[in-house]
Amino acid sequence: MSKDCAAMLQSGNNLFNERSPRFTKVPIRCQIMVSAMEIYQLLPKTNCKKCGIPTCMAFAVGLLRKEKKLEDCPILFEPKYEAKLKKLREILAPLESSSETGLVIHDEKCFGCGNCVVACPVNVANDPTGCALGHGPTSDKVILNVENGVVKCLNPKECRRFGPNKILCNACTVTCPSKAIEFV
Amino acid sequence: MVKAVCTGCSLLCEDIDLTLKAGGVGEANNLCRKGFGHFSALFNERTIPRVDNQEASLDQAISEAAKILKNAKKPLLYGWSSSSQEAQKVGVDLARKLGAVIDDTTSFCQDVLMDLVLKGKIPTCTLDDVRNFADVMIFWGSDPTNSHPRHLSRFSYYPRGEKRQKGYEEERDSIAVDVRKSSTAKLCKYYFKVAPGGDADFINSVISVLDGKIPRVGDKKKMIELGTVLRKAEFGVIFPGLGLVSALQDQMGLLETLLAKLNSIKPYKVIPTSEHFNTRGFNQLLMSETGFINRVSFKGGVSSNPDLGIEGASRSCDAALIIGSDPLSELPFGVARRLAKMPLIAIDPRRSLTTDAARVVIPSAMYGLESGGSAIRTDGVKVSFSPAYPAEKPNDEEILKRIMEAV
Repeated sequence: MSKDCAAMLQSGNNLFNERSPRFTKVPIRCQIMVSAMEIYQLLPKTNCKKCGIPTCMAFAVGLLRKEKKLEDCPILFEPKYEAKLKKLREILAPLESSSETGLVIHDEKCFGCGNCVVACPVNVANDPTGCALGHGPTSDKVILNVENGVVKCLNPKECRRFGPNKILCNACTVTCPSKAIEFV
Repeated sequence: MVKAVCTGCSLLCEDIDLTLKAGGVGEANNLCRKGFGHFSALFNERTIPRVDNQEASLDQAISEAAKILKNAKKPLLYGWSSSSQEAQKVGVDLARKLGAVIDDTTSFCQDVLMDLVLKGKIPTCTLDDVRNFADVMIFWGSDPTNSHPRHLSRFSYYPRGEKRQKGYEEERDSIAVDVRKSSTAKLCKYYFKVAPGGDADFINSVISVLDGKIPRVGDKKKMIELGTVLRKAEFGVIFPGLGLVSALQDQMGLLETLLAKLNSIKPYKVIPTSEHFNTRGFNQLLMSETGFINRVSFKGGVSSNPDLGIEGASRSCDAALIIGSDPLSELPFGVARRLAKMPLIAIDPRRSLTTDAARVVIPSAMYGLESGGSAIRTDGVKVSFSPAYPAEKPNDEEILKRIMEAV
């Protein structure tokens, strides 16, 4: 290996022809968040109200917020909707990993800069001498923390988006340079 | 969990907690992905002592290295940016003893800017001052979000400080000036796009706006808005990057003029964003020892000229000791090829293209994780660190001391 590299440099060949592990491209898998409209397009659009909700659009929003399940729609399980049901299960799969507040973290996009950790108003209030000053968290009550180079959600119940009287705070998503954090 | 200092970039984050497991980093808190990669990479492709591509003992490698340096007419000692202050001090002494040329990675990078900062021609401050007091920050030709991931969250934009209690939305304004909308520019409140090499014109425009004249370059309305933001600042900081330095080249005087103009209105400081963890440390050390920040020859007294930089030195020198750097990967092909043709001694904890092409390879301990020492952060603050998991391998300082004894 070393002989090859030295010989290549001396002969002037392109260094990057050598497919050493250092230059191997690793494909990055990115999950793409779905919107309510995309889900609606795959629903029966009959507004039959059998799920207990007035419209299919409202049902789509319910699915996105994890308040409703696909099983609540009996029409979707008819044979003619089989393909659409399969597609729906596929696009709703990333939601399984979201927290109670609807927070989804795409690990493969995050580079652990910690902007969200420091900008989160709850982190600042719960850890005024750590997170608030830009240091690593020193309190157990913080919502976000950087572990192994990637941000992790620790206490979703502390989040402003938790519970029925939620505030639509977006301090962590707007400060993310790689859009690794999303809310459904 | 053990406390560690990250040596992945020049921010030297001190709040890292980590554990090790067999073959890698187990758990690591507060370590960004760059730092995590830096520490994790140590566990694969570690170097072993080698002489002429044959495995050798450490003693053999060191005596062979000393022989190469002793026999060379004009040896070059290059790298230094990823070595501790103590190792750099021994390195300068070794160069003095050998009458060698010594140079570091900034000669191909930001040395013109570092020269201005270290000689006090432009005002500077610490990153802690930025966190506590700064309200306008300009990221000019730099993208710290990618190069120094925790720059914005630890110091420059998001944290709350002594006089900036309300957070970034209300009390801080960020401006990005770059040729493309970088990751940092996406987070900034104002973004100004400049053409490649157009930074000099942009500086002239900013100066005209501050003088109350109509700017010649750029969107006039946006430029006047920029002038207002700059005038209203209480404490401004500019973080110039390689983009600005490469674009200005020999026109760095313009930056001085801009700083003088800004400082006549409000206090404005400059903090360079150097790449490796102890880049500034070497420049500061060499400055105190010789009066020059890099490109120094100790042959027949101390002298410095542009030809002693890595580009010229790779032509004129006949042997090189490379430490704390991987010039064969980082430098342009012509320079890399000339270096590869001469007898190389590489001191590095990990395998790199330079260690592949080197005649003598000496493995060293990694700073921060396996070895302690001290380093200078990019803003000039000295950070001392002890090893998180001490290893039996010698560090750069011990290796250099042994080479010095053998020379």
